[in-house]
Amino acid sequence: MSRDIKRSEPTDSEVILGILNGSTDTLERLYKAYFPMILQMVVMNNGTDDDAKDIFQESVIVLYDKVKSGNFELNSKLKTFIYSVCRRLWLKRLKQLSRNSGSIKDFEDVLPVEPDLERHEEKDRQFRQMEESLNKLGEPCKTIIEDFYINNRSMQEICAKFGYTNADNAKNQKYKCLQRLKKMFFQTF
Amino acid sequence: MNGEMSGEELAAFEALRKTDPALDQEIVSHQAFLNTLQEYGSRHKLISEMNAIHEGLNIDAIKSDVIPTSTIIRILWNKYRMNAAVAASVAILAVFATLFSTGFFSRTNALNSGYNALRREMKEVDRKIQRSKNEVIRDIKSGSVKKGPAKVSQYAGTGFALTTSGYIVTNNHVVEGADSVYVQSINGESYKVKTVYKDPKYDIAILQITDDSFSSLKSLPYTFKKSSSNLGEFVYTIGFPRDNYVLGNGYVSSETGFEGDTIQYQIDIPVNGGNSGGPLLDSKGNIIGVISGKQDNADGASFAIKSKYLLKVIDDMPYKDKKELTLNKKNLLSGLSRTDQIDKVRDCVFMVKVY
Repeated sequence: MSRDIKRSEPTDSEVILGILNGSTDTLERLYKAYFPMILQMVVMNNGTDDDAKDIFQESVIVLYDKVKSGNFELNSKLKTFIYSVCRRLWLKRLKQLSRNSGSIKDFEDVLPVEPDLERHEEKDRQFRQMEESLNKLGEPCKTIIEDFYINNRSMQEICAKFGYTNADNAKNQKYKCLQRLKKMFFQTF
Repeated sequence: MNGEMSGEELAAFEALRKTDPALDQEIVSHQAFLNTLQEYGSRHKLISEMNAIHEGLNIDAIKSDVIPTSTIIRILWNKYRMNAAVAASVAILAVFATLFSTGFFSRTNALNSGYNALRREMKEVDRKIQRSKNEVIRDIKSGSVKKGPAKVSQYAGTGFALTTSGYIVTNNHVVEGADSVYVQSINGESYKVKTVYKDPKYDIAILQITDDSFSSLKSLPYTFKKSSSNLGEFVYTIGFPRDNYVLGNGYVSSETGFEGDTIQYQIDIPVNGGNSGGPLLDSKGNIIGVISGKQDNADGASFAIKSKYLLKVIDDMPYKDKKELTLNKKNLLSGLSRTDQIDKVRDCVFMVKVY
């Protein structure tokens, strides 16, 4: 019981710091603190539990991107920011599904967040692209690329994992895979 | 790219970039690409972290905190509304299908009318009896070519002779839709008949035996009453509600028939399918009617077509169909006891077999 009280709503500066450090603890606290309000907003406005999850997670991604890109100035509470982003996302989703008349019952204050969301949409598209291209790569290229560039494994590790005779061999293979990925990515972009 | 180049290599590399703009461009775009790739990776990681956290949440608890119960109920209703609708329709369909298949609807009509025209449907048991009977007869008459039907009939009723030459009367509904009709005497001999005349209005059909093996009856002991019979007249019938003939006994209980039909009498003899077309005789040995049906929803209410109308039908027949049809005018039964009458009458009563 006492632990819960202690771990309740993190302060805004704690969150920002946590994001910059990539702390999972911050993420968890942030999630637990703000998800309920989003659940309330979505479900009370024709949404399901899953809708709330999707919207909330998207808003967290927006927050992370904004903080990491360095141009984050907080003029009001973080809570309000998250709420406003979610609200906008949900409105858009409702219009798509034509499940609504176009207005939302609000439970919190609202900020204008259009520019952030536009950028988010742009990035979202890129990432979908990337995901698609990676999936099209197939094995073993996909794993090689992921291991090297995302998981930051060394050439030695990859060499061992895939059973190449030496590091240069592995490097060659990686190069070929990367070229293929690039081609695919820019092709459909 | 990963900062794995040594300082020297790096310097040389940088210089090369400055001199070759194309190469430079390539390197820039390559770096951008790798950046995108890495950002993709970190976002991917973020999402899986969030999902992990989400798994650990107790959604229902949160919901009950922030969402009023009325909304939750409304949401559940909206969610399962479609299911409820489908379930309800299936239930209704099932009810109607059951009712329909068990004949509720057709029986309702019958119940409403209440009139049951009595044609006996031959069940498997009956058919087996018929078959064995036919076989026995064939054995006895081995040597003579039996022209009896090989199959077992589908429906059966009763008919009685109008003349010694082989005109038989029965109900129209007994022979309705038949491919072929046979009559069988109480001795078990079958004869093929031709339906020479049908009157659906009076529910009468006239048959004529066309079988060469038939030899004329000795005599017809009964006559046909032209006038109506009285209420309370004691009457009897012989018929084939089953494979062997059965005597039924009673009185005229009404001068009109089903729903006030003036062409019928109501009698209190219990009759069953198979009795249809049988003769109704009074105590003096007059044919006063032809058994035709019974009322389903009332006990002991059976009906017979008045003999007056049988005579009318015969009158209405086209001449060509009734060339030898002259009715008996001599009554041989009037003084006899019931049992003696029956003895003579039964030779003229036939089971009508419909195929």
